[in-house]
Amino acid sequence: MGRFNLQYKPFGNRAVLVEWPQKIDAKIQEDVWFFKNLIEQNCIKSILEIIAAYNSITILYKSTIENAYSEISVLKTLYEGENFVVRQDAKLWEIPVCYHIDLAPDLVSLSVIKKLTIEQIIKLHTAPFYSVCFIGFLPGFLYLSGLEEQLVTARKTIPDKHVSKGSVAIGENQTGIYPMDSPGGWHVIGNSPLNFFNVKNQNPCFASAGDKIKFTPIGKDDYFAIKSAVENGDFLPNHSF
Amino acid sequence: MIEIIKSGLYSTVQDLGRSGFAHLGVPVSGVMDQFSAKLANEIIGNHINAAVIEMTLIGGVFKFNCDTCIAITGADMVPKLNGLAVSTYKPIKIDKGDVVSFSASKHGCRTYIAVSGGIKTAKVLNSRSLFKSVTTEGSLKNDDMLSIDEQNLELKEAYSKIKNQRFDQSILEVFTGPEFDSLSPEQQKSMLSSEFTISNLNNRMGYQLIEHIDNNLNPIITSAVLPGTVQLTPGGKLIILMRDAQTTGGYPRVLQLSDQAINLLAQKKTGDKVTFSLITMNQF
Repeated sequence: MGRFNLQYKPFGNRAVLVEWPQKIDAKIQEDVWFFKNLIEQNCIKSILEIIAAYNSITILYKSTIENAYSEISVLKTLYEGENFVVRQDAKLWEIPVCYHIDLAPDLVSLSVIKKLTIEQIIKLHTAPFYSVCFIGFLPGFLYLSGLEEQLVTARKTIPDKHVSKGSVAIGENQTGIYPMDSPGGWHVIGNSPLNFFNVKNQNPCFASAGDKIKFTPIGKDDYFAIKSAVENGDFLPNHSF
Repeated sequence: MIEIIKSGLYSTVQDLGRSGFAHLGVPVSGVMDQFSAKLANEIIGNHINAAVIEMTLIGGVFKFNCDTCIAITGADMVPKLNGLAVSTYKPIKIDKGDVVSFSASKHGCRTYIAVSGGIKTAKVLNSRSLFKSVTTEGSLKNDDMLSIDEQNLELKEAYSKIKNQRFDQSILEVFTGPEFDSLSPEQQKSMLSSEFTISNLNNRMGYQLIEHIDNNLNPIITSAVLPGTVQLTPGGKLIILMRDAQTTGGYPRVLQLSDQAINLLAQKKTGDKVTFSLITMNQF
């Protein structure tokens, strides 16, 4: 394969960083996942884990790297070789979101900034099939790409000290859901009653990189009904392949 | 059981952390000063990954409800056993009902208590390390009870001769970070030749330094960060990420601390001075 010209850099003496061209791009993201899966399928014993992002993967090694250049050459050979990966089945997750102003502290201000009605914001935000690019920042925080151009909004200059669990928010050209209470600088336009990180589940985060997300607007009554069902452990998000 | 009579300023249970979950955004966590914590475990014959108590700046008071053996390493918090001074870096025999107490640190920042067999709190995602949002609590509270195994061991005469003088060192060994080469030679020189002061923004997630570096770098496309990654913020502040750091970030990663440097920094506190010393790659 070897579709891109990759940069390989030692990252300290326990990791190697592999970088694609400096942009957020669907083709690059596909190739990031391809290479990550390829490395994982080859079960290289010295590797502990891989952190993938938009245009990079960081490979963590179990112990100090004796010779970074020999590890890098193993990776290069793998990428440049005639390899194929068994693709994981990507899922499409339907995520209920309540866009009521009681649960969306920044919806009114965003409507003023973007000169859009609240209805237009909801329509634009629920239209796309977002891609889960990777999970980072907080346990279970999905970085989603695919936000409509009209909703792109600079982050707040001063981050909020408290953003509630479930907050659905916009920051620059990304949108995401806060899986737990946290400080944060994105504009909160709704709230999802689902649990995005639960250590009691075998897989603590139901979605994984490569999956698709579609937001479904719900009213306040449905929001609280789903929220209590989630707390009782008898609500699972809908998904299709 | 260990009864937490006083938790101290900020005390947690930590092992060597939870690796393998970074792809879900879960920090590694684990003891801040791995050198001291591993040593505490080794002194009493534990596995190095056994869970220990990590105390920060001001220690706590602990009552043991069974016989066991402990070792204390790291910062000097003037440990006492039933009110009498007790040695650090040695196995200490504990009888049921004994009380071990600590004061404010005289030297260093973090103290470790290893208990024979390790602390047996519940594992979450393969680790006993406390981290709020993965575990229910992030730190120990007064009246908490920690499970341990009752052990009636013959005390071994093994003890470590290593004392905590090494905390006086102020040189942090670093590698260049992924964005180091984007800095101008002047910026690189200023970062590698200046002395930096640790600000009061220092905790298990990261240490912010007071002095500025001129910064004209653009943010990077969000990418992985590691414990020990030194980020340069748009305002020109350096932040050294520590064990509870997030898994990804958007600030340029200008330096990367060695494991030993992370351990040393974990013993530094507000106002302490540090400098960076570059390790070249062929010195691996």
